[in-house]
Amino acid sequence: MSLTKEIILEKITAKFGEAVKVDAESLDYTAVVIDAAKAHDLVKYLRDEEGFNFLTDVCGAHFPENDKNAQFAVIYHMHNWVDRFRIRIKSFLNGENPVINTVTDLYLSANWQERETYDFYGIEFKNHPDLRRILNMDEMESFPLRKEFPLEDQGRTDKDDRYFGRLPQTNNLPNNN
Amino acid sequence: MSQYTPLTKKIEDRYNEEIRLRENEDGSELSILNLGPSHPATHGIFQNVLLMDGERIVDAEQTLGYIHRAFEKIAENRPFYQITPLTDRMNYCSSPINNMGWWLTVEKLLGIEIPKRVQYMRVIVMELSRIADHIICNSILGVDSGAFTGFLHIFQYREKIYEIFEEICGARLTTNMGRMGGFERDWSDAAWAKLDKFMVDFPLAWEEFDRLLTRNRIFMDRCIGTGAISANRAIEYGFTGPNLRAAGVDYDLRVAEPYSSYEDFEFDIPVGTAGDTYDRYMVRQQEVRESLKIIRQALDKMPKEGGYHADVPDYYLPPKQDVYNNMEALIYHFKIVMGEIPVPKGEVYSAVEGGNGELGFYLISDGSRVPFRLHFRRPCFIYYQGFTEMIKGQYLSDAILIMSSMNVIAGELDA
Repeated sequence: MSLTKEIILEKITAKFGEAVKVDAESLDYTAVVIDAAKAHDLVKYLRDEEGFNFLTDVCGAHFPENDKNAQFAVIYHMHNWVDRFRIRIKSFLNGENPVINTVTDLYLSANWQERETYDFYGIEFKNHPDLRRILNMDEMESFPLRKEFPLEDQGRTDKDDRYFGRLPQTNNLPNNN
Repeated sequence: MSQYTPLTKKIEDRYNEEIRLRENEDGSELSILNLGPSHPATHGIFQNVLLMDGERIVDAEQTLGYIHRAFEKIAENRPFYQITPLTDRMNYCSSPINNMGWWLTVEKLLGIEIPKRVQYMRVIVMELSRIADHIICNSILGVDSGAFTGFLHIFQYREKIYEIFEEICGARLTTNMGRMGGFERDWSDAAWAKLDKFMVDFPLAWEEFDRLLTRNRIFMDRCIGTGAISANRAIEYGFTGPNLRAAGVDYDLRVAEPYSSYEDFEFDIPVGTAGDTYDRYMVRQQEVRESLKIIRQALDKMPKEGGYHADVPDYYLPPKQDVYNNMEALIYHFKIVMGEIPVPKGEVYSAVEGGNGELGFYLISDGSRVPFRLHFRRPCFIYYQGFTEMIKGQYLSDAILIMSSMNVIAGELDA
């Protein structure tokens, strides 16, 4: 029996109830938002019960404009090779103290991907065997992919979005134009 | 799992229990060897700290990030069409696959329909770059094991592939090929002629290369049984691509999730059994033949009609002479260059079968002209984690071969 979006969503909702919601942002694959405390359980459930044998990807994201409890996100992509079905799991974390359980005990491939996420966003993975920076140097103090570190000089006026009839670009904070 | 201590930490307190036990056992002392960061045998800038017992490797740890260029951060400040040059520089042995993977992601977000002819042209470009990728990997594997002749003979065909790329897009290594909706120009007659000539010459040369190396006794002795990994472990470590298929898993995105009309072509997915260096070599060897099969079918089935880009004036730059002579084209040109294109809000993940495995792009768009977040799933970065396990207990000289057979590309590793 092959999986469909309806079947998998029904099963996840039956199992996790209030903790899980359908992610409306997704334009392609089935996507759910899960409470950070339950993320590990969901990944484990999908691996053990639903045949999602492959953890494709783990990455982070920073949403500085969300409210305080949802400023960071960790996104997992899982893949069921037998039914050729993908699912995206998103977990929002607190902006001050982003902590989530590691999934390294379920998938070895998560090890470096979680280190990369920590390196870029400072998201702490509890029980990770070796949570160090991986791409940047160890002495670095900031977490460079957070939105508070703009890449370019924010004083540039030639790139002001208001000249083109739309609201200022939201993804560079602080926007001091 | 929680007992794991990184090797460098162990070395810091050298008389860590594990090492001391080992030293007492046979009376010999373990030594530490730095392989890299810039060692000619590692084909890229990455460091391996090895703990050696004589010539055998006891433990290893990798240091990454020597050519980390923060592509994900840069991408958050670039309009979509300026992100292709970043993807070029990930797996620089097969840039066009990365380029096409990126355009497929953008087109998935924008919902652009691509004409059959453009899809077939993309398939040809992607398979050519896969061939170039495998030429490098397999011939360098020969060089690392002491067989220089095959490399010298076959490497000119990588040059021929680059000449085709040059006719198509003007660049050779970092191609920056294509646009949203298709190619920037139609392929010239010279490009088609070079492609036809390549399709005649190369298969013969590849068989010659095969005869030079595959059954070479020394090469076989060096490769068979070294660096083996089981299918289960490979999946746990997140292997994809030829390295996973060498372990016996027939996962290939071209078949599992066909993109760009791969479902129209007949081809086989070669798989190995042992997952050792020789199997990885053999899988790549056979994949080149399958790629040739795909290109041949694509050339045969190539529709005459369909142009070289989709009809999407919102996203595809108008021809230059129209921009100079025609008001509407000028407006579109300006809007596209300034990033004033209608971009929906939302998230997509799209993946292609790169030279090394599943090359994924995860794009969060907030409707502005730049991605809110763009994450590259680089196959190298993920499967290189398995390297320590693969070289444990092996000879140092075999570790070099294992690394080249895994085709770890520094640009893709570090992004």
